[in-house]
Parts: sequence; structure tokens; C-alpha cells
Amino acid sequence: MKVSILQFPGTNCEYDTQHAFESLGATTEIIWHKSETIPTDTNLLVVAGGFSYGDYLRSGAIAKFSPVMKAVKEYASKGGKVLGICNGFQVLTESGLLPGALKRNDGLHFISKHHTLKVENNDNIFLEELNNGDVVNIPIAHHDGNYYIDDAGLAALKQNNQILLTYTDAEGNVKNPNGSVASIAGVCNKEKNVFGLMPHPERAMESILGSADGKAMLEGFMKSC
Amino acid sequence: MKAIVNVSLKAGVLDSQGKAVHHALDSLHFNGVEDVRVGKQIVLQLDESDKEKAMADVTKMCEELLANTVIEDYEIELV
Repeated sequence: MKVSILQFPGTNCEYDTQHAFESLGATTEIIWHKSETIPTDTNLLVVAGGFSYGDYLRSGAIAKFSPVMKAVKEYASKGGKVLGICNGFQVLTESGLLPGALKRNDGLHFISKHHTLKVENNDNIFLEELNNGDVVNIPIAHHDGNYYIDDAGLAALKQNNQILLTYTDAEGNVKNPNGSVASIAGVCNKEKNVFGLMPHPERAMESILGSADGKAMLEGFMKSC
Repeated sequence: MKAIVNVSLKAGVLDSQGKAVHHALDSLHFNGVEDVRVGKQIVLQLDESDKEKAMADVTKMCEELLANTVIEDYEIELV
């Protein structure tokens, strides 16, 4: 299992992501954004979190034109597995690889805390180790995590089981920290090979650090990629 | 030629910053404000002298980078 992790100027979660996947037994490689190719033995490509290009203009807006993104689009179009976490999710929506957009949190504050999430659809390689309705405890840390999609887009997401996770309380009842449409925390594309979420599973790998629930999420990739 | 691009959230997309500014104006007793929208202005200095060509170029820039048309509208003014 080989995980390639993208690094833009301003990315700051690449080493956490690397540590998380290596602790599960993967080999990893960090790919600088100027690279025009991604390693041919890549089983999973991760767009890691952070603040690419200082979030200038819009979060993820400049990163989408980095040389490596052309290779990422090609990789995804051939069915390659892609995971975008936090800023990585923003980069993937900006690039059009995932539907919708992420705007400023409704409360206008940067939110950094543990949050419970409900698994909405596990019929995909990302969440197959979990059951629908499971509640997981995963940290969030974002300013622009307010997921927006229009009504037609939301209906399509629901119809194709593309909503991965929603923000809830510990009992699984809707609890929306940032104003996201339908309390959405993560989605995938229609083909179910590109995944994006605002919460950070790579920061929930050890119970001594608050939660190990991220393990079950990332293990889904370890088993299927 | 200069192009002034105004980017703002689409009507129907909640503008949280606009709402916060509206609240702040209310608390300062500016009570006649019905709605506030916060956007951004991007000013481009162009070396193009043909207005039609400039408009086409800047429109392309807006579609590709300056605005995210999933959530934002843009207006272009050439001066």
C-alpha cells in the first residue's frame, strides 16, 4: 500500500498524515506541488490539510493550478483513489473533482475542537469499516468549512449516496458547527473514488490524544487500495 | 485599461459576514439598513486597449480563478 501525500506551500498536515498511514503499515511519499507526475505505484493520493497559498483569494483557489493538479485530475479520471482532508477537501471542490464549495463558517470563527460525526453512507471504500449510523469522534480545525451546494446538487448527493459524514452530537442527532448545508462534513464523487472531508481523521489515531476513531476510517483505504 | 472586478456571494447563499456587519451597524444605531452584502474587489491593470477583448479576457479570468461560480457572482467594470 503506497500513499502519496501532496504538499503545497502552506500545507501543514502532511507529516501527521504520513505518520497516520505509516502507523497502519503503509509506505508513504510526500509530493511537492511542482511535480508534474505522481508516483506510478500510488494506491491512494492524499491532499493534506493546511493553508495552501495562505488561503489567498479563496481556500484552495490557487492550489488548484499547481503543476501537480493536472496529474491528480488524470489519476482520478482513471479511477485512482483520492482523499482530501480539510484544505485538501477545499482544493478538490475548487478543482471540480468534488461537487459543492466551502465558504466561511456561519459564526465567522475559526473552530478547532473534537466533534462527533455520523456515518451516512458506508457503501464506499473509505467508510466500509464502519456502519451507517455509527458516531465517530474526530477533530475539526477550520475557518472555511461551511459546505454549500444548491438544492439540485444536494438531491443528487442524496440519490447517489455521496454524503459520507454529517456533524452530529454524540447520539447522532444533527448538530451543525459551521452552517454546512444538511450538516455535511464530507462527500465523495459519483464514481466513489474521490473523497473529501473537513474533519481530520489523521489526528484521531491514538486514544491518548483524545480519540482513535480515525483509524477505522483510514483502515478502509488500507484494505481496499 | 483598468478592470474592476467585484465578487460577491450569490443571492440565496447566506452571507455570514454581511449579516455580522448588519448586526454591528444596528448596534451603532444605523437602523435604516435593510441588507448588507460583503464582497471583494479585485483591480486589474491591463495592457489591452480593445474593450471587447479585455472584457472577454477578464470574464475568462473570473470563470477560471477570480470567482468560484458555485457560490459567487462577479461584475466587471472597465475604466
